[in-house]
Amino acid sequence: MPSISHLLETFANSYPIFLEGMWLTLRLTAISILIAVFFGLFFSLLKISNVKVLNWIADVYIGVIRGTPLIVQIFIFYFGLSNLGISAFWSAALGLALHNGAYIAEIFRGSIQSIEKGQMEAGRSLGMSHTLTMRRIILPQAFRRALPPLGNQFIIGLKDSSLAAFISLSELFSIATTQGARTFDEMTYLMIVAFYYLVLVLAFTVLVNMLERKLAASD
Amino acid sequence: MAEKREMIKVEKLNKSFGDLHVLKDVDMTVKESDVVVLIGASGSGKSTLLRCLNFLEIKNSGTITIEGKQIEPDKDDLNKVRQTVGMVFQHFNLFPHKTVLENVIEAPLMVKKMKKDEAVKEGKELLAKVGLAEKADVYPSKLSGGQKQRVAIARSLAMKPDIMLFDEPTSALDPELVGEVLSTMKELAREGMTMVVVTHEMGFAREVADWVCYMHGGRIVERGHPDELFDNPTEQRTQDFLSSIL
Repeated sequence: MPSISHLLETFANSYPIFLEGMWLTLRLTAISILIAVFFGLFFSLLKISNVKVLNWIADVYIGVIRGTPLIVQIFIFYFGLSNLGISAFWSAALGLALHNGAYIAEIFRGSIQSIEKGQMEAGRSLGMSHTLTMRRIILPQAFRRALPPLGNQFIIGLKDSSLAAFISLSELFSIATTQGARTFDEMTYLMIVAFYYLVLVLAFTVLVNMLERKLAASD
Repeated sequence: MAEKREMIKVEKLNKSFGDLHVLKDVDMTVKESDVVVLIGASGSGKSTLLRCLNFLEIKNSGTITIEGKQIEPDKDDLNKVRQTVGMVFQHFNLFPHKTVLENVIEAPLMVKKMKKDEAVKEGKELLAKVGLAEKADVYPSKLSGGQKQRVAIARSLAMKPDIMLFDEPTSALDPELVGEVLSTMKELAREGMTMVVVTHEMGFAREVADWVCYMHGGRIVERGHPDELFDNPTEQRTQDFLSSIL
């Protein structure tokens, strides 16, 4: 184990390069999660639709994504998309988005189905269409209910973005391994990068909690 | 005096849920300003009949005519029909993420595309009418059951319906809160609203109803003026039901 003073010294010397990695990690996570939420919403609606074919499409998507390792998906995207001239960053972002989207679809489906049936009936009885009631009444409530598991999924997405290191993206984890390999001081850099991830996750948790409190105004 | 307009006409209405035949050849006509109370044991089909009238349940056969127009669920725009047939539910079904006023103005804004200030003005008038003007900006979770139901009535009235359906509006309320909801409904009846009410409040039926239907096994077994039906029911089943609840 590296000594505390050595850790602190290495930390102080390496932060510029780690901050660059953190910036890449944050961009990768933010973009992939944003797209994942749209995928998730879209496929959750397919999944609760009355049209069998649409249910089936959602089932296949969710089944394939959940049934294969994320690292395999990222590699497939990387090798598949680099032929089309798509960068490693966007390969990783799309791979992560598609992956998280499957889990978010299940989160949304659960929360939409947890909204009392009377809410839809009340909307319809006022002359609102199914789509309008969904948009104005059901989804806002479902989103609020989905927030805790959604926050959890975002944290998983943040940490999973470290797998992008394997397709040559210089995000946080990749910087830790290259610095470690360069100096033969792997343990020090791994502990430093663990610290960065921990700070990011904690900051994100605080953000989600704030949002939850804000949305809880009607309770 | 001119013959009153027929607001609802139901002929040979049948409704099944799977193998369960819930409504059997139901006929019913409701005229303008009528207050009709449906009574009967649970499972007799009274709530299903009510829900068929605004097409929350779709009939299997028979005809439903609303204000002279026969409505076919697969052809007609049910959203349009429902704008003229308001409904109040047993469990209120207020929108918990919206304030009281937002609940009331949601449909006028979104469906009727009313201007915001106009909708707010009318919404506040309706809340004043049900005695809840000062609650406009609170969320439903802060209200008592009776207040919630009065907001639900105001929300429904905001669409200016010609007919109001009430599905056991006081059944989920604590006894001391029933009165405030019933008096709001009486007020509405006095103003001439056409109302169909499923309720176990026999006092309300006696006082307000123009006529009462007793339902049993998916049929309207007996109908009549409340005084006649309550005091001299002709059918044995009606007598049995009334003696079990009164």
